[in-house]
Amino acid sequence: MLTYYLDLALRSLKRSPGLTALMVLAIGFGVAASMTTYSVFRAVSGDPIPWKSSKLFVPQIDMWGPNGRDSDGEPPDAMDYLDATTMMRAHRAKLQSAMYQISPSVVPTEAGKHPINVSGHAVYSEFFPMLDVPFLYGNGWSAADDVQRAAVVAISSKLNEKLFGGANSVGKSINIEGKDYRVVGVLNNWNPQPRFFDVVNSGGFSTGVEDVFMPFERAIDVGIPNDGNTNCNAVPAESGFIGLQHSPCVWISYMAELDDAAAVATYRQYLDGYARDQQQAGRFAWPANNRLRDLPEWLDNQHVVPSDTKVSLLVALGLLVVCLVNTAGLLLAKFLRRSSEIGVRRALGAQRTAIYAQFLTEAGIIGLAGGVLGLLLTGVGVASVSWVLPKDIAALARLDFSLLALTLLVAIVATLLAGLYPTFRASRVQPAWQLKSN
Amino acid sequence: MTLHPIIAALRKHKAGVVLISLQIALTLAIVCNAIFIIGQRIERINRPTGLDESNLFMVGQQWVNVPSGDDPAGVEKLDSMLKEDLVALRGLPDVAAAAPINSLPLLNNSWNGSLALKPGTEVKKEGNTRSTYYFGDEQTLSTLGLHLVAGRAFNAGDVQHHGFRDQSAPAGVIVTQAIADKMFPQHDAVGKPIYVDGSTTPSTIVGVVERMQVPSTGSWANDFAWNSTLEPVRLNANFSRYVLRAKPGRLQAAMHSIPSTLYAVNPLRVLDDDSVKSYADIRAEAYRADVGMAILMGVVCLILLAVTAAGIVGLTSFWVGQRQRQIGVRRALGARKVDILHYFQLENLLIAGGGAVVGLLLALGLNRLLMQHFEMQRLPVIYVLLGIVLVLLLGQCAVFVPARRASNVPPVTATRSV
Repeated sequence: MLTYYLDLALRSLKRSPGLTALMVLAIGFGVAASMTTYSVFRAVSGDPIPWKSSKLFVPQIDMWGPNGRDSDGEPPDAMDYLDATTMMRAHRAKLQSAMYQISPSVVPTEAGKHPINVSGHAVYSEFFPMLDVPFLYGNGWSAADDVQRAAVVAISSKLNEKLFGGANSVGKSINIEGKDYRVVGVLNNWNPQPRFFDVVNSGGFSTGVEDVFMPFERAIDVGIPNDGNTNCNAVPAESGFIGLQHSPCVWISYMAELDDAAAVATYRQYLDGYARDQQQAGRFAWPANNRLRDLPEWLDNQHVVPSDTKVSLLVALGLLVVCLVNTAGLLLAKFLRRSSEIGVRRALGAQRTAIYAQFLTEAGIIGLAGGVLGLLLTGVGVASVSWVLPKDIAALARLDFSLLALTLLVAIVATLLAGLYPTFRASRVQPAWQLKSN
Repeated sequence: MTLHPIIAALRKHKAGVVLISLQIALTLAIVCNAIFIIGQRIERINRPTGLDESNLFMVGQQWVNVPSGDDPAGVEKLDSMLKEDLVALRGLPDVAAAAPINSLPLLNNSWNGSLALKPGTEVKKEGNTRSTYYFGDEQTLSTLGLHLVAGRAFNAGDVQHHGFRDQSAPAGVIVTQAIADKMFPQHDAVGKPIYVDGSTTPSTIVGVVERMQVPSTGSWANDFAWNSTLEPVRLNANFSRYVLRAKPGRLQAAMHSIPSTLYAVNPLRVLDDDSVKSYADIRAEAYRADVGMAILMGVVCLILLAVTAAGIVGLTSFWVGQRQRQIGVRRALGARKVDILHYFQLENLLIAGGGAVVGLLLALGLNRLLMQHFEMQRLPVIYVLLGIVLVLLLGQCAVFVPARRASNVPPVTATRSV
C-alpha cells in the first residue's frame, strides 16, 4: 500500500514542480538555519564534565560586605588569598583546590631558541583527581609535594611536543622563569570547553591550551604573579605581589568535590560557620552571605553561554516556524486543489485513514527532500560560522552524525506537523459534493 | 472598487488566508527585531575610540628571568629595560612615535576602579565615578592621537614610574570629557582634585581629552565606556606594552622591524605571533562577535523575506488557477485587465495588512522577551514602521506576477465548462 501512496505522491509532486521546489527550499533553509545555530548553541551549552559536574562545587565568601556586592547582592566571584588558603588548610571537602592563572616564560634548552610564553594555573595536588584530568605520561604531584612546595610541574601534551618532541618527559626538567622544574606528568590532550575550572578568568571558552600546572604554594613562594583578573574593593595597603596576598583583593578561584547531599549540607554549614567566626573576630561586620553552587549552576550564573548564541537560536527557530507555516499554506492549497480526486477515491470506497496515509506520505516526501537539502545547507552553515563567529566559539561548532540525524528528523517531523491540518481538511472533503460539481 | 467582494472571497479560503497572514506576521516580528539587532551592532562598531587609529600598532612582550618589580631595586632595573626598549623603538626609521601604555581601547584587558570627590571611600561605593586607567608617559597622548580639549598634556616632569602592583595615586591625571562632565557638571574640571581608587591623597586634573574608550567591549563596561583616566606613570613589571605610530604608508614595514629590534636590545624575552598587532586587527578582534551577529541576522532576514515572498507567489498562483472561471466571467461582463490586476493586489494588501497588525504586536512581544532575558533595548517604533512598509511592499512585489497572469485570463474562459 505504501508503494502506491509513494507513487501517488511522486506523481502529484511532479505535476506542480514549482510549488514542490518552493516547499522543499523553505524546509531546507529553515532546518539548516536552525541546525547551524543549534550546533553553536550545543557546543557552548554542553557540560564539560558530565559524569561529575553535579559533584563539583564553587564556594563564594562575602569578604567585602554590602558595599562590595553587586546590585543583585552576590558576593565576589573569586576569593582573596587569606580565605582561599584558610579553606585549603581546613580541607573540609573530599577533594578541593584553590587556583590562580599564571603566564610564565619557559626557556628552551637548545641554544639560539627564543623563550616562549606559556599559560597555565597554579593548583593543589587534588586538582587532578578532582577533575579527572587524563595523563598521557606520569601523574599529578602528591599532597607531600604541595606541603614541601616542590619544584614539580605537569605539562600539556602540546608543550611536551614542543620541548621534548612528544617523548615521555617524566623526570626531565624544564626551565620556568629561570628555575628548573621536574616534569611529573604530561596531560593527554586536556582542553575542556568551557574552561570550567576557572570561568572567572577564561570567560568560558578559550582557543589556547593550558600548558603548565604547578603547585600553588610553590608558585606563591617563588613569586610567579597572578596573570588573571584581580578585583579590589580598596587599594592594597602594601605594594607588589606580596601586598596582593595580604589584601582583600580577589584573584583566586576555588573548586571542591562534594559527593552527596549530606556532604553538601555539611560543607554549607562549614562555610557559614567560617563566616560567623570571621564576624566574631571582627573581620566581617555583616552576617554570612555565602554561596555554594554546583558546576552547572555556576556556569549559568557566570553567563558562560553567550546571549548572542541564545538569541541566534531563538531567531533561527522563529525562521523554522515561518517556513513551516509557509509549507502548511502551500500544502493546503495543493491538497484542496485535488478535491475532485479525493472525492472519486472516497466514492470508490477509500476510508478517511487512507486519505490521511496518502497525503501524509506526500508531506513526508517533501520533508525528506527538504531534510536532504537541509543537510547540505547545514554543512555549509557550520563551515561558515568559523569566519563569522568569534574564534573560540566557532572552533567548537562541529558537524557530526547526531547533528545530521537530527537535521533529517526535524525536517521530516516538522513537515508532517505542517501537513496535519491540510490533510485533515483533505480527509473532510465530501465525495458527493465533489462528484456533483463535476 | 469596493472591498466587499474581496472580503467575501477571502472568507471562502479562511485557512489559507489565516496561514499566509500568520506567516507575514511572524516574518514582520522577526525581521523588525533582527534589523534592530543589526542596527545596534553597527552603531556599536562605529563608535569612535577617540584615537587616531590609522598607522597605529601595539607591541606586547615579556622579559625572562627578571626581578619581580616588588622591590625598589627590581623596579629600577625593569624601568631601565623599558627605557632601553623605548629608545630603540623611537629610533626606528619607519616609526613616527612610540610610548609605553598598559592597554588600549578595545583590547579587552583593563585596569578599572573609581574616582571620588572625597578621600578614602570604598572603590565600589555608590556615587563614585567608575573609570578605567591608562598608564603612559609624556608621549603617550600624542602617540595615540588623542584630542586635548582643556588643560595641558603631561610633560616629562610629571612622569613617575613604579611597580605594576604599586597603586600610589599620581599628582596629576588627565581625564576624558565624559568624566569631567559627570564629576564637575557645573565647573571647569581642570585644576580640581579627585581621589583615585579610595586614595587619601588627591590627584589634580591637569587636562581633559575629548574622548577615549575603555579597553573592555563587554556589556558590563557599557555604563562607563567613555570614562578613562590617564596617569603619567611608566608601569614596571616583567612584561611591557608599547603603542607605536608608523610613518604614513609604512605600517607593515614598521611592524616587521619590531621583533629583530627588540631581540637586539635584549634576546631574553618572549615575542610571539600576537606580540605585534596593528590597531585594525585589535578592532576586528574586539568586534568579531558583533559583526558575526549582524551577518547572521542579515542572512536570517533574507531567508525569511524570500520564503515569505515565495509563499505569497505560490498561494496566489493557486488561487488564480482556482478562480480562472470567475475571472473569465468578470472579464466577459466588462471588467478590464487592470481591474483584475487591482483585485489581486488589493486582496494581498488586505491580507498583508492584517498580518502586519498582528505582526506589530508580535514584534513588540518578541522585543519584550529579548529585553527580559538578553539585555536588549526597547525596539524603536521606526523599526516597526519600516518593517510594516517592507512586508507590504514585499507582498505587492510577490503578488504582481500571479496577478498579471490572472489579468491575462481571456473572457472566453467563462463560456468553457471546466
